[in-house]
Amino acid sequence: MVNPVRNKKLEETSGRNNQETISNGVKFEIHDLNIWFGPAQVIKHVNMEIRSNEILSVIGPANSGKTTFLRALNRLNELNTNYRITGAIELEREDIRGIKVEELRRKIGMVFALPLPLPLSIFDNVAYGIRMHGERGKKKLEEKVEETLRQAYLWEEVKDRLSESAFKLSGGQQQRLCIARTLAVRPEVVLFDEPCSGLDPISTAKVEDAMVKFKEKFTIVLVTNNVKQAARVGDKTAFFLNGELVELDKTDRIFTAPQDKRTDGYVRGKFG
Amino acid sequence: MKNPHITQNIAFFFLFLATLLIVVPVGFIVFVIIQKGLPAIDWQFLSDIPRHGMRAGGIFPAIVGTVYLVTGTIIFALPIGLLAAIYLSEYSKENLLMRLIKLAIVNLAGVPSVVYGLFGLALFVIFFKFGASILSGSLTLGIMILPIIITTSREALESVPYSFREVSLSLGASKWQTIRNIVLPNAVPGILTGTILGLGRAAGETAPILFTVAAFYLPQLPSSIFDQAMALPYHLYVISTQVPNVDEKIRYGTAFVLLALVLIMNLVAIIIRYKFRKRKKW
Amino acid sequence: MRKLKEFIIEKLILICGLASIFFVVLIFLFLLKEGLAVFSTVSPFKFLFGKNWYPISDPPQLGILPLILGSLLVTLGAAIISIPIGVGCAVYIAEVAPANLKEILKAGIELLAAIPSVVLGFIGMVTLVPFVKTFFHLPTGLTALSGSIMLAFMAMPTIVSIAEDALYSVPKTYKEGAFALGATHWQTIHRVMLPAASRGIVAAIMLGIGRVIGETMAVMMITGNAAVMPNSIFAPVRTLTATIAAEMGEAVVGSEHYFALFAIGIVLFIISFAINVTADLFLHKRQ
Repeated sequence: MVNPVRNKKLEETSGRNNQETISNGVKFEIHDLNIWFGPAQVIKHVNMEIRSNEILSVIGPANSGKTTFLRALNRLNELNTNYRITGAIELEREDIRGIKVEELRRKIGMVFALPLPLPLSIFDNVAYGIRMHGERGKKKLEEKVEETLRQAYLWEEVKDRLSESAFKLSGGQQQRLCIARTLAVRPEVVLFDEPCSGLDPISTAKVEDAMVKFKEKFTIVLVTNNVKQAARVGDKTAFFLNGELVELDKTDRIFTAPQDKRTDGYVRGKFG
Repeated sequence: MKNPHITQNIAFFFLFLATLLIVVPVGFIVFVIIQKGLPAIDWQFLSDIPRHGMRAGGIFPAIVGTVYLVTGTIIFALPIGLLAAIYLSEYSKENLLMRLIKLAIVNLAGVPSVVYGLFGLALFVIFFKFGASILSGSLTLGIMILPIIITTSREALESVPYSFREVSLSLGASKWQTIRNIVLPNAVPGILTGTILGLGRAAGETAPILFTVAAFYLPQLPSSIFDQAMALPYHLYVISTQVPNVDEKIRYGTAFVLLALVLIMNLVAIIIRYKFRKRKKW
Repeated sequence: MRKLKEFIIEKLILICGLASIFFVVLIFLFLLKEGLAVFSTVSPFKFLFGKNWYPISDPPQLGILPLILGSLLVTLGAAIISIPIGVGCAVYIAEVAPANLKEILKAGIELLAAIPSVVLGFIGMVTLVPFVKTFFHLPTGLTALSGSIMLAFMAMPTIVSIAEDALYSVPKTYKEGAFALGATHWQTIHRVMLPAASRGIVAAIMLGIGRVIGETMAVMMITGNAAVMPNSIFAPVRTLTATIAAEMGEAVVGSEHYFALFAIGIVLFIISFAINVTADLFLHKRQ
């Protein structure tokens, strides 16, 4: 599955990462991942691993493939009919294509760029995933909804209006509701796809706080256009350019001593 | 004619004239039917059976027959049409099969109504031996309005934002759970609109029921789906062309009831559509 | 259990998705099954081009040329009336009418589309037919002309709504470009908008004509139903559709007459199929 030539090239570009031996803490292993939409190749020969209980920030200019990469992890790209993939993504050493897709997506939650409440009440939004996975008991649902809303720091703000439409919340509240909705199904990994792109600075800070606290329980992959955000919350940072993984390293190294000139250029704001 | 603004005024005048040539007769038709038909309507006309060779009495059996036919049509056409719309909007890919299905729908919508009548006669009345009956008529009308229900329901389903589906799937819901819990509930008003429009069409059609269900004169109510029945549009045809010396009042009255039925259905559909657009949250 | 339920539902969805294709094929097959038998007694050529339609004489004469010409004559008349008025109205609604009037006009067109054809036929009988009779000093008002006028009305909603859609879907930039060059609104419409929307307008006209050819009740009630070779628009004619509707009730199942009426159904089906496929190609290529 792993192309040795490619691997060598990868070692040259992001050497440090490969020197670490694979340990128990590895959540994802990605081997020679290639993705096409129609004739256009949007991910090229990506090899990497993502560790448990860390926040991995994924940065890169527009169309660098970072969102496609993210959506490959929970197989959401498959909704696109002209999508093609080679290589392998392993979740705890199991190829994700071998896992039932509903179960995979329960384990790997996702928060989208814009707050996207479902057209349901606040309560039903949070309870949606739990219900879909078979929980019907009213008591149990109420407990879980409260618990997750507290986790997302939203409970105090919404506890008296749980039956109102989720669209009545402010943008920041909606995004935290979406986070709660994702957490409610007890995922192991949470993917954030530019979760703060539509939010004001105060709401952004709340979401970032939440993410940092979540990493005790979850593995987090954060795709962001905001380089500063990556620097603030990421334990590790991956830099994508034109579908290639240019560099992956500890966040402070990426921002202070990147190995690749292109990374250096991007984080200093020379392009993108 | 050199001055482009004069040319424009002349051209716009003719365009306006063309519009008037359509709208004024429509207004005239509706006005005449209301003016001459409304006075014919009383309780007896609506509740009595036709008498004296349809020259007196009411149109109750025809109203009941049409209600039965419309009911039978919806029972048959709505499930198939809705599931077909779900297939087109949620399951199919842009490929040859999809093209073929779309083409089939367009053709189904274009088949002349009298050809539906022939088809219903050959398949339901003769081949399946249902005879001329409410069942045969409903099935025939059901196939005829399938394209309307499929097309409008599909539009309704596709107007539900794609992002809702992604969110639901990303939470681990299965495809059918997503359709059942997120897509369908939000498409209901559009589906309802299409269904009512289709039924309005079914209620007003004559040619498809000529040989599959319609009774010339049947002064009692049908008792089972295998019975023949009178129907409003066919009754109007009969008393306009087949029976001499029918009082104008009865003809206009029948036309009024039929037109009112069809227009009320359309009005309800339009109101649902309008309210839904206003209430839309996204 | 839930898995099984979902499996069944998804299979049902697939089956219903294919239902349209199934029904189109089924309609055609049953028309063939009942209609082809007529060609054991009359050749296809004689059937299509025979000048005499005497289905109940002995032996029956089954030539549908008078009916084909009747349909063509009425359709041609309807096209001549409905195309300029319909396209003109579409242009008016899409380009000229102020916004609030636009909504009223569109509602009026929808209203016309919703009126059952038997009601239009009835109104035609009591208003249009006497008018044509006295205005042209004819022995009867039940003529091809009356049919054409009535059918023109039935084609217009189709023509107006599809042509209007076509005009709407012309990119705004075209219009802005023409205005920027100093063209008047009318110059913009007839030099830029109409050519740009021409495919859609052609499709609209074809579908309107398709509607006319297939129309049955109104045409049967006001064209006089004389199954003779038409020689004037002021004389009664009979169309293909009206023949089926008027005679099927009396035809004995399994008789040559019965087969011949189904064969007319085949002809109508093929005509409507051809029109719809062509119109669809026009609409499809545009996108």
